[in-house]
Amino acid sequence: MALAKITSVTGTAVVVPGDDIDTDRIIPARFMRCVTFDGLGQYAFYDVRFDPGTGKPLNHPLDRPEHKGASILISGNNFGCGSSREHAPQALQKFGIRAVVAGSFAEIFFGNCTTLGIPCVCVSDADRAKLAQAISANPALQVSVQLKTLRVEAGECSVPCTIKEGARQALGEGQWDAIGLLLDGAKAVSALEAKLPKISLVSLS
Amino acid sequence: MPQPRAGQGKNLFQKVWDTHTVRTLPNGQIQLFIGLHLIHEVTSPQAFGMLRDLGLKVPYPKRTFATVDHIVPTDTRAEPFKDELAQGMINALRTACRDFGIEFFDIHSGKQGIVHVIGPELGLTQPGLTIACGDSHTSTHGAFGAIAFGIGTSQVRDVLATQCMALDPLKVRRVEVNGKLGLGVYAKDVILHIIRKLGVNGGTGYAYEFAGTLFDRFSMEERMTVCNMSIEGGARVGYVNPDATTFAYLKDRPYAPTGQAWDAAVARWASFASDPDAAYDDVVKIDAAEILPTVTWGINPGQAIFVDESVPSVATASAEQKASIAEALEYMKLKPGAPIKGTKVDVCFIGSCTNSRMSDLREVAKYVQGRRVAAGVKALVVPGSEQVRDQAVKEGLDKIFSAAGFEWRDAGCSMCLAMNPDKLVGDQLCASSSNRNFKGRQGSPTGRTLLMSPLMVAAAALTGAVADCREVFEVEAVGA
Repeated sequence: MALAKITSVTGTAVVVPGDDIDTDRIIPARFMRCVTFDGLGQYAFYDVRFDPGTGKPLNHPLDRPEHKGASILISGNNFGCGSSREHAPQALQKFGIRAVVAGSFAEIFFGNCTTLGIPCVCVSDADRAKLAQAISANPALQVSVQLKTLRVEAGECSVPCTIKEGARQALGEGQWDAIGLLLDGAKAVSALEAKLPKISLVSLS
Repeated sequence: MPQPRAGQGKNLFQKVWDTHTVRTLPNGQIQLFIGLHLIHEVTSPQAFGMLRDLGLKVPYPKRTFATVDHIVPTDTRAEPFKDELAQGMINALRTACRDFGIEFFDIHSGKQGIVHVIGPELGLTQPGLTIACGDSHTSTHGAFGAIAFGIGTSQVRDVLATQCMALDPLKVRRVEVNGKLGLGVYAKDVILHIIRKLGVNGGTGYAYEFAGTLFDRFSMEERMTVCNMSIEGGARVGYVNPDATTFAYLKDRPYAPTGQAWDAAVARWASFASDPDAAYDDVVKIDAAEILPTVTWGINPGQAIFVDESVPSVATASAEQKASIAEALEYMKLKPGAPIKGTKVDVCFIGSCTNSRMSDLREVAKYVQGRRVAAGVKALVVPGSEQVRDQAVKEGLDKIFSAAGFEWRDAGCSMCLAMNPDKLVGDQLCASSSNRNFKGRQGSPTGRTLLMSPLMVAAAALTGAVADCREVFEVEAVGA
């Protein structure tokens, strides 16, 4: 499978402030009553975008006209903590998000994003504040997440970012979805499997 | 970061990792073989869809086991379910298991239940295994000395199609708790305390090895409760080294080896335990005696206090915590600086993969026998599996709960994440034995959750407010 080589993501950005934003917040569990990921985009951050009582929009950053079409999400520390639900990055991707910039990421969420080709880069609190300021001043500003130079650029503002080297390589080389590589190892898997104990019902063993 | 030096012993994580390493991938990650794969209805139907789209098969179907837990109603399980979407999910899993030759522990099989309850009780979860499941609380299985990963749906696809995952190794932090717990203090309090101390993201990049004299004395169910919530502290993996307690638990379980194979298995299992001179990337020591009954007050599991403490205030918080405390206080509608004790509750939930096993139910039943749930409080007891349900009924616990005013339900995840009909309404406040107090977690976008041990939930149920279980029940010496 030929995958895109992702070395940068460029687009407008939206800031969703807060630390420890969990995957229940990103996609509430009731929207996971489904057997495909289709249509999840509209439910991203649903319970903080719409008033639970009236259903009226709450003017969440994602819904503000100036951020329409934003493809880079900027948030706080420990982004994506909690549930392993891939529904969370799937919902963000289907909403139009192509890269996430945060203080830090929860591990399972980071892996799920990488597998979908969504780079997750870490930027310090102070530098994220600079980015937020630049975006607030000009929401139409083109923001660029550069994986080769490890910078996030927003007009005059350019700040350093970090990402796990393995993920950076996988994205850059178009190997972010590992299934092709894993399938290539089938022979070695079979040899190892034969050496390991089986799991079987006592009556069958 | 200190790294293991040559000649030093290995910890369990390294041994299990090395045993299951297939090869190093071109992208630098490790192709890791997964010995046991568990699936359920929420995160796997899409993976089967991907397999079908790619024309892939399941080469090792005997290493995957399925059950249904998240969406199962706990009042009536007659099909079709009232929720058509839920029925669609269970149907999709049934079809997939049939098509791909995977064992499915369906409702009414006598073996259905929360995936992290049935794996151990069936003896599927064994020491030295690599385990994966599309659920972050898969860390539970580490209680047996397995390395158990919560994974996303694309990785469920990977494991189905290749029995492998592409992963980077984790660092290992030994969390050593020594000494004895006070009366009325439980494994749940231990993990809430660990998360409070180390932070909700303190474990990112680490596997937690839970050790020390407290864990040596803990039962398997207590070890499971702690490992279950490793992920709430940011650690994707948590484990306890296998020992005589582990082996005794597994003996005569349906999928555990027997006869000579049993002896060989025990010897093999024991060999995975961390060496006495094993190296760690970090070590944290905690005195068990400092841990008291713990309650969360906020919107993540690290926002916890002892039951005799007060809700924090923004004014007294450190600069870096002010924003998150303000956000939590606003959502929880709790009075800053007020004692948590006495906070009125609307709903009490005993259940979830954290605390729904026999020892949890027996402990609560022992104390609520002959007493009554407070007027106006809705209280639920949801057993973790059909086996737990049946055993509890056999022991008459269902009657004790019902007589005390608790609703006795059927097995499932229920109000932990409320994907089934069990939900909070409006901004109800719930005392819950589950694992997450995130905004909206229990099914209402404004619902509020206080995490605590099952006996603390029972104390809240009987008094109608957050209460100290030691005072409500005059608790006797329990646990480890």
